[in-house]
Amino acid sequence: MKSLADLEKIREEARRMTELREEKEQTKVIIGMGTCGIAAGARETMKAILEEINKRNLTGVTLTPTGCLGLCEQEPIVEVDIPGQPRIIYGKVTPEKARQIVAKHIVNNNIIGEWVIGRK
Amino acid sequence: MAIYRSHVLVCGGTPCLLKGARTIRDLFQQEIDRYQMTDEIRVVETGCLGPCDEGPVVIIYPEGVMYSRLQPADVPKIVENHLYKGRVVEELIYKEGKAGREQSGPPGVTLEGEKYLDRQKRVVLRNCGRINPDSIEEYIANHGYKALGKALTELRPEEVVQMVIDSKLQGRGGAGFPTGLKWSFTAKTQADRKYIVCNADEGEPGTFKDRLIMEGDPHSIIEGMAIAGYAVGAEEGIIYIRGEYQLSIERMARAIRQANQYGLLGKDIFGSGFNFQIQIRSGAGAYICGEETALLESLEGNRGEPRVKPPYPGVAGLWGKPTVVNNVETLANIAPIILNGPAWFRSIGTESCPGTKVFTMLGDINNQGLIEVPMGITLREIVYEIGGGIPGGKGFKMAQTGGTSGGCLPMEYLDLPMDYDTLAKAGSALGSGAMLIIDDTHCIVDVLKNFMRFFCHESCGKCTPCREGNPRLYEILTALSAGTATQAQIQLMKDLARTMQLTALCGLGQSAPNSLMTCLRFYADEIAEHLNGECPTGVCKSLATKSEAV
Amino acid sequence: MLAKTDCSLPTPKLSAILDKYKKSPGSLLEILREAQAINGYLSREILQLIAEEVGVPESKVYGVATFYSLFKTAPTGRYIIRICESAPCHIRGAQDVLAAIEKTLAIKPGETTPDGKFTLEFTSCLGLCGVAPAMMINDQVFGNLTGDRVREIINSF
Repeated sequence: MKSLADLEKIREEARRMTELREEKEQTKVIIGMGTCGIAAGARETMKAILEEINKRNLTGVTLTPTGCLGLCEQEPIVEVDIPGQPRIIYGKVTPEKARQIVAKHIVNNNIIGEWVIGRK
Repeated sequence: MAIYRSHVLVCGGTPCLLKGARTIRDLFQQEIDRYQMTDEIRVVETGCLGPCDEGPVVIIYPEGVMYSRLQPADVPKIVENHLYKGRVVEELIYKEGKAGREQSGPPGVTLEGEKYLDRQKRVVLRNCGRINPDSIEEYIANHGYKALGKALTELRPEEVVQMVIDSKLQGRGGAGFPTGLKWSFTAKTQADRKYIVCNADEGEPGTFKDRLIMEGDPHSIIEGMAIAGYAVGAEEGIIYIRGEYQLSIERMARAIRQANQYGLLGKDIFGSGFNFQIQIRSGAGAYICGEETALLESLEGNRGEPRVKPPYPGVAGLWGKPTVVNNVETLANIAPIILNGPAWFRSIGTESCPGTKVFTMLGDINNQGLIEVPMGITLREIVYEIGGGIPGGKGFKMAQTGGTSGGCLPMEYLDLPMDYDTLAKAGSALGSGAMLIIDDTHCIVDVLKNFMRFFCHESCGKCTPCREGNPRLYEILTALSAGTATQAQIQLMKDLARTMQLTALCGLGQSAPNSLMTCLRFYADEIAEHLNGECPTGVCKSLATKSEAV
Repeated sequence: MLAKTDCSLPTPKLSAILDKYKKSPGSLLEILREAQAINGYLSREILQLIAEEVGVPESKVYGVATFYSLFKTAPTGRYIIRICESAPCHIRGAQDVLAAIEKTLAIKPGETTPDGKFTLEFTSCLGLCGVAPAMMINDQVFGNLTGDRVREIINSF
């Protein structure tokens, strides 16, 4: 890294990459993978989501881990971000609930109201 | 057996059949044949699929898309778009209930998660839960390393120190010492080597903010450390992470590797001639190593026993060299201060304690977890607004602020603004920001026993007040819960506690009796009842509960 | 007797570790951590060897090894269950979880099951208070524990 301009270039590129990703209308599934989340079972939840995505041959869906949001009581937390729609945060997502979120929300665009803990 | 890429399941339940499901099925087959996909897609009539009101219903696998209320004219659309072109036909998708997408909570009602997020001001946790912590690109895309670039290319080291002094940022590890002042000591001291040590030996019971930052936004710590290094003239950084935090260690290590690859660590960063390296060291299970001089001892390969101060680490720290020891949360504040300026930082929080604070809300509270809010928020707001109140309709008994080494506050203090100064005046402490909420079913003596047992275990044994004081206090509390304590022993507890506060070598011993002292003040009656052989909550099993005693 | 123990010393592995840290002063904790990974604990003989090679008194090495709770100077079970008994877990019912573990394994904190599979011990706060009560089994973390859940977890090992 030699200058601020270098950094700016990387930043632009990174931003473009993210935007490119969004342009392709990718649905993002974000899962809290901090230690709290893992202790509450986030690994199993993530596995279930992956299995479900693969089983259904879904393309255009990415699964990204992120750090803890801080709402530990609600872990494991899964966020579904479908382009052009508010981001939906689900709490206490067991593997079983995760499968249903994929089936109902991601595939059929039906938000499962009773598990929603926030919208962004 | 043929393998089909898709299956069209047409509901053959009676209600759907009555609504013309057979016609729909035949149409599907007809259209599929027309597109010459007969070998790829199989149409099957199944049993009832469930939402009979919405029939005829069709599910297409493997995706599992459910279409409802299908009319014959819809079928060609689905076959052309979904099966042939691979695009789901949105408008025909089954909507649960009449309201369909409006299902996400009744209108006008704020969800718990939203209340939780809306009240916060995220500076330190700006990226936590938002970016992929394993991607330096995502950090950079969110203005990461811009502050380091600005400091290195536009500011002189003393200007950086001055900005941190002007921001009035106080150390977020617990003691609240002004960070800028700490840096200025090291900056002023001449030496051939200086160190930046990040104290990530988070062990205060109820505290996990540092872990969350390391796991969620590791680059913010690296950036803060590098800026600190430039400001004070240090080229070496060490992050001391407690051994139990495996995921933090992994994520920090990966982040450091990435920063090196991008030249954001290493030699001649931003072409400024400034070099900076960071290594990770990890603890091996000792609470005391969170004390800065004990941490330095541990880094030198010794038992983690605190040193006598002065000299302070800023002047003579690791290997006797000037060393800045900063907490994780403190360092995560640095980049925003450099980017937005000290005045911006001072505009958040209270006048004497600006900025935000990360609090952990624990114990008998509905939303256990972690929040970042401006300094000066009240306990009531934390417990009842953000925290969602106490579960099971129970009453608030007390809050222990600042972790086990903090103090306990009763109901009357719910409206006290939370900052370092105010809480210290109330006899408690803001400390690491852990807020342990305790409801009225818990016994004061029982929880105090738990606190003191912790200190008995964690005292390093170097100085007598702490090594001996903690077990004696624990013994008296045990006697109280067994109904064998005497009035004289209550006085002895007070004397011992006072002696420890005044004479223990380090912060651990000095603050160990804080909770006890505050409880002796605020819950004298409940403690006195134990002298009379009664435990009002019935927790101390060998004592009578009040109703039985009466 | 001593000779026999000496033969079983993992000297090649240990020398590799000692070599790695030869040039970094203050690495005693790292050396002990890696040495412990060989056998699961730090035997008297290993501590003696480390002291000799690093050039410090054995008393110092022993002092450091016994200061930190993650170092073991006696054999433990294959899985170490560390249950948190700090205040936040205490408030959320850690005692019930502990009772369930004690009953399932028929051991008390500080003890190892006769088959050498589990060792049970207390730990200070693990920073998992958001999902209290919590515990670790070796490097794995578990939260939101109840008596039933902890039995299930233990049986899965």
